[in-house]
Amino acid sequence: MSELNHSSHFDEAEPSPPASADGEPLTIEKALANLNDPDVSLRYYAAWWLGKFAAGNPDVVDALIVALQDEADRTELGGYPLRRNAARALGKLGDRRAVQPLLQCLDCADFYVQAAAAQSLGMLGDPDCIPAMLAILSGGVDAAQLVPGRPHLARPVEAAMEALEALRATEAVPLIQPFLEHPVPRVQYAAARSLFVLTQAPTYGERLVQALAGANLNLRRKLLLNLGASGYLEGAPAIASAAVENSFKIIALKSLLESHFKQVEVVSLSPAAAGVMTLMDGLL
Amino acid sequence: MVVTNAASASELIQAIEQADSPVRLVAAVQALVDANLEAGIPTLITVLGYNNPEAAGVAVTGLVRFGAKAVPTLLQQLDEYNYGARAYSFRALAAIGDPRSLDVLLHAAENDFAPSVRRAAAQGLGNLRWNHLTAEAQYPAQQRALQILLSLSNDPDWAIRYAAIVGLQMLATTSADTTVLTANKLLTAITERLAELDRTDPDLVVRARVWMAQQALQRLATN
Repeated sequence: MSELNHSSHFDEAEPSPPASADGEPLTIEKALANLNDPDVSLRYYAAWWLGKFAAGNPDVVDALIVALQDEADRTELGGYPLRRNAARALGKLGDRRAVQPLLQCLDCADFYVQAAAAQSLGMLGDPDCIPAMLAILSGGVDAAQLVPGRPHLARPVEAAMEALEALRATEAVPLIQPFLEHPVPRVQYAAARSLFVLTQAPTYGERLVQALAGANLNLRRKLLLNLGASGYLEGAPAIASAAVENSFKIIALKSLLESHFKQVEVVSLSPAAAGVMTLMDGLL
Repeated sequence: MVVTNAASASELIQAIEQADSPVRLVAAVQALVDANLEAGIPTLITVLGYNNPEAAGVAVTGLVRFGAKAVPTLLQQLDEYNYGARAYSFRALAAIGDPRSLDVLLHAAENDFAPSVRRAAAQGLGNLRWNHLTAEAQYPAQQRALQILLSLSNDPDWAIRYAAIVGLQMLATTSADTTVLTANKLLTAITERLAELDRTDPDLVVRARVWMAQQALQRLATN
């Protein structure tokens, strides 16, 4: 298990295998069958497992799309855990047949289903979902405050920003900018990151670098994740010298280089890329 | 007031032991490092286990500055139970490059359960001062380092493969000082492995580090 995954704000540690599992390793056939098992914990694990291991199998996509309508697996607060895992898994399986069903999920009462759907839509890369992502941001900061008594915002704006960033939807820039001033720091950082990717304007990368100075350890780590995902190479020295454990910094710098390579025409050993790796060398 | 070296060392050590905040700890460690007293070496090594990365970084710098003098104590005080401390010790040993570390580095690179330790050991294997060994001992030692690094360049963990490439690049560089014949054999083996990694490694950043190593080796060949 890697210590962290990109900029994912959904803590996606492997769910613990359910007690009723017979200890046999899952196969695709078994996992598909488990999606309909009366034991909802088996369903939940199967959905996660399929996302991780079943790429390229249309039957799996069909079954997960069905699972987006599951009614059996509920939390006390009315959430839909199986739907969440199914939505997450569909983002990893690269099949755009999931796009319309995932768009429907944006209306689900469960915030985490909405967020998983938005993130997965970004991963699937279909520009058809851009209007829906823009709609999530359209209420601005006011419509996306923390919900009283819940640990999440009223709208999944971070996931929407991540999706718009993945889709290179530059028309989203004016809608994302207000979130630079959102009261929750993590949302500000996500906005800065997305804006850098969409505009390549250094000022947004610099916001993340500057924020490092005053941040506590928890926020520092979030900033490094966001700097890494931004691909803003000039932020590399700030990452390397941050007061955070070396292993974390190595991963952030790797993410930085990967994000950068995704944003350039030709992947090559530029002096800037070599500079990042020299910093990584020093942290080993 | 006359303050002997021994007295000031124990005062500085006490300041570290009694530091009651992370900020004070870092300052106390810096003070001990600045004093440049060999008697402080064991304490600097103990600091590596205090779970304060900043203090550990300062201590590593100090230990590296002592160089060979710190090596026996570093080897003796390797913390079996605290992998964080162990990783810092290996970083210090890697930077110092004393060939007395070879066996310990080989063992850790291959067997330690902690990735941070294996990364530091991999890098260390590239950085040893082979010319501190006798002429007959150099090539066999380099071969042992090479074999472990080649094996690590196949590790499932990308960061360990990355560290192995750094180690291989440095091994090629540091072994270039030894006899031409043996250096060529190592260089050939390393060049071939790098070419293979460029073709087969699934990770883009690992491949990018291969390109960087290949560039460095090309510069070596033309010199």
